[in-house]
Amino acid sequence: MMASVSPSLRGAQATKQSSLRPHFAGLLRFARNDCLVIGLAMTLCLAAPAFAQSSLPAAPWANRQLPDAKQEAQARALMEELRCLVCQGQSIADSDADMAGDMRHLVRERIAAGERPSDVRRWLVDRYGNWVSYRPPAGPVTWPLWAAPVLLLAIGALLARRRIKGRRSR
Amino acid sequence: MSRAIRFAPFVLLGLLLLALAWRLATPKDDVIRSRLAGQPVPEFVLPAAVPAKPPLASADLAAGEPRLLNIFASWCLPCIAEAPVLDELKRRGVKIDGIAIRDRPRDIAAFLARHGDPFERIGADYDSRVQLALGSAGVPESFVVDGKGVIRHQHVGVIDRGDIPAILAELEKAR
Repeated sequence: MMASVSPSLRGAQATKQSSLRPHFAGLLRFARNDCLVIGLAMTLCLAAPAFAQSSLPAAPWANRQLPDAKQEAQARALMEELRCLVCQGQSIADSDADMAGDMRHLVRERIAAGERPSDVRRWLVDRYGNWVSYRPPAGPVTWPLWAAPVLLLAIGALLARRRIKGRRSR
Repeated sequence: MSRAIRFAPFVLLGLLLLALAWRLATPKDDVIRSRLAGQPVPEFVLPAAVPAKPPLASADLAAGEPRLLNIFASWCLPCIAEAPVLDELKRRGVKIDGIAIRDRPRDIAAFLARHGDPFERIGADYDSRVQLALGSAGVPESFVVDGKGVIRHQHVGVIDRGDIPAILAELEKAR
C-alpha cells in the first residue's frame, strides 16, 4: 500500500514542484537581482562619502582630549555648538568626517594656546558666517527669535488676567 | 473686537500657508560661501605638496597679477572632472596655484600624472588649517585672488566648461 502510494505522491510532489519551480525560481531570481541592485545602490551610497575621505590619519587633537580638564571641557562645549561643514546638521563633536576632525583639532589647539571659546567661535563665524555656530547671536535679524518667548508669555499673562477679571465680574 | 479676533486664526493660517509656499518656491541654498571675499588672503606658509613643485605661501598670491587658487585633493572625485577645465584655463593664460587638502605626496603626484598638472605651485595642507582659514567648506573650491593678494571671487564646487567665461571675467575684473 505504502509502496504504491508513495511513488504517486512523489510524482505529484514532483509535478507540483516542477510546475512551481519556474515561478519560484523566477521570483527568487527577481528577488535576488533586485536585492543585488538595491544592495549595490546602498553600498554605493555608503561608499561615495567614504571615497571622498582622505587616507591621512586624523589630526593630533581631532580625537584626543586636552590634558587640562578645564580646557577640554571648554573645547568640548564649543565643539557641541559648531556645525560640521561637510555634514550639515551635525556638530563637529558628533561627526566622523575628516573636516570635522580637523575643526576639532583647530578648536582644541586654539583653546590650549589660551584663546577663549568665544574668540574661536568668532574666528569661524568671520569665515563661514553665523551659520557655522549653533548658538544664534542676538542681532537685528534674530531678535524675533529671542523676543518671541517673552512676547508669548506677556500675551498669555494678558489673556489670563482678562479671563480672571471676567469671571470675577460675573 | 470679537469679530476681528474670530478671524485672527484664519489670517494666521493664511500667513503660515504663504510662508510655506514661499519657502517651497525658493529652493534651499546650502552652498557655504566664504566671508573673506574682498579681504586679503589670510597669511599662511605651506610646505611643497610634491617634491617637483615649489611650495605655496600667501605672499606668492600677491605677485602683481590675478591668480586662481584651486583647493583640491587626490581623493576628491569631482576634482578629476575639474582637471581638464583647469588645463584649459591654463592654456588660456591663467596662473593657477593649488592647495592639496589632507593628501600624500605620492598620491598627489599620481593624480597630477594622470589628470594633468595646471599648477605653478602646490601647497600641502595636511590638517585643513589653511582651508579653514580661507573659509572654504570642501573640495574642489577656487578663489580668484588679485595682484595684491585680495580675494575677489570664490567658486564653490567644480569649475565646469560652462564656468570658464565667468572665471575669465572675474580674473579680468581683478586685474
